[in-house]
Amino acid sequence: MRSALAAAIGLASIAAAVAASAEPPAGAAACSGCHPASARVSSPVPRLAGLDRAAIAKAMQDFRSGQRPATVMDRIAKGFTDEEIQAIAAWYATQR
Amino acid sequence: MRTGRRAFLKLGVVATASAACFPARIFAQGAAPRVVVVGGGFAGGSCARALRQEDPRIAVTLVEPNATFTACPFSNSVIGGLRELSAQQFTYDRVAADGIAIARTTATAVDAQARSVTLADGTRLPYARLVLAPGIDIRWGALPGYDEAAAARMPHAWRAGEQTLLLRRQLEAMPDGGLVVIAAPANPFRCPPGPYERASLIAHYLKAKKPRSKLIVLDAKDAFSKQRLFQAAWAELYPGLLEWVPLSKGGNVTSVDAATLELVTDFGRHKAAVANVIPPQKAGRIADAAGVADRTGWCPIDPATFESKLVPGIHVIGDAAIAGAMPKSAFAANSQAKTCAAAVARLVTGAAPSTPKLINTCYSLVAPDYGISVAGVYAPSGGQLAEVPGSGGVSPAEAPRSTRAAEAIFAEAWFRTITAEVFG
Repeated sequence: MRSALAAAIGLASIAAAVAASAEPPAGAAACSGCHPASARVSSPVPRLAGLDRAAIAKAMQDFRSGQRPATVMDRIAKGFTDEEIQAIAAWYATQR
Repeated sequence: MRTGRRAFLKLGVVATASAACFPARIFAQGAAPRVVVVGGGFAGGSCARALRQEDPRIAVTLVEPNATFTACPFSNSVIGGLRELSAQQFTYDRVAADGIAIARTTATAVDAQARSVTLADGTRLPYARLVLAPGIDIRWGALPGYDEAAAARMPHAWRAGEQTLLLRRQLEAMPDGGLVVIAAPANPFRCPPGPYERASLIAHYLKAKKPRSKLIVLDAKDAFSKQRLFQAAWAELYPGLLEWVPLSKGGNVTSVDAATLELVTDFGRHKAAVANVIPPQKAGRIADAAGVADRTGWCPIDPATFESKLVPGIHVIGDAAIAGAMPKSAFAANSQAKTCAAAVARLVTGAAPSTPKLINTCYSLVAPDYGISVAGVYAPSGGQLAEVPGSGGVSPAEAPRSTRAAEAIFAEAWFRTITAEVFG
């Protein structure tokens, strides 16, 4: 079904659809190195999928400014711009 | 050799141009483009799974000869008697359950123009894109006296498994008062803080079980990863037990004698009771066979896609790659694998890859309840992966023991998390 559809709409549209799909923004895929993707993993590090968008963004901003104490997230948050933080927060908020 | 490679590169440009249309044709016919991933470690395992997640229409084959993967991170805890090797071992059952075809064999050759990988039994696997994640090989013979036979007496334990257990057994069998020597290599090598974590956890074992013993690290360098943190912790935890000898103080090991367990430096000879020789390394063998390794023995890559700078259509991730400022760590390998998978998924559909941002976080244990870390954020810059200015760095030099204890807990949590993502 899917491949028949793909054949019908052609490659250009597929590429456009892929580009428009919920692909993780820059940096987001790396988070799951420490933040478990699976709910089955036991970790003091929180899962990000489905968290509130504003809460993720605020945490990153506070880590970056040093307002929120951290062991490692202060050093990582400093590598991201406001726009990148917003995009990552928005993307994780939609994940399950 | 050089002319051959240049001529080959020219042909490669043509191959890229036509390859851009090739996946389009198979998609239009309803067939899936095939991506072959060689090597089932943190890099290859992550990439195979991420490719399936990126686009389930991509057919993924993972070429890996071992039925069980043995992880290097935390293998120093096995050597120090704090952990069993079984805690390091993972099967590919869940990877296969994702719909990834697993070829349990070795890749022996790559025909980049025909776009096929040759397996040990002669089978040729065609690919739209090839991802090489071969990890490291030892440069046998680079250190005079250190060959595969010598490694049975002076283990490297730099690829986890039997070598890890051999070093542990040697430490257990050593009488109290013995001299343990670790030889650490020049850069670059797998896991830059690894030799110093290992020294720490062996010192932890000796302090508890064989307190009259001594540990010397003979180093081919004058500086190393997390150096100030390690040295401060050693002074606090292992005074008089652990000595680090840098290059400038005669640390460079120029040859070894496996029969007598002697390590020779420019300044003298050290006769060890247990000798752990961490030798010079290079990208895993298939990198050379595929023509993606340069004269350094490692693989130059495009920092956005991890496509080889030498052979189009082949991507290299993990320890084998020259990833600029990114260290050769399991976290980096996993981060690179996901970036590479996203790029490959776009390239096989004819889309342009996006600009990535990558992360590394790397914990070391100085004692079971004393962890330190280095972190970094990376982006392509000037054709390389460069650290984002102002980001990253190591744990604070001054911190309470509660912070060190917290980082030790985060270290273990990281291992559970990343191994679950790759193998769980």
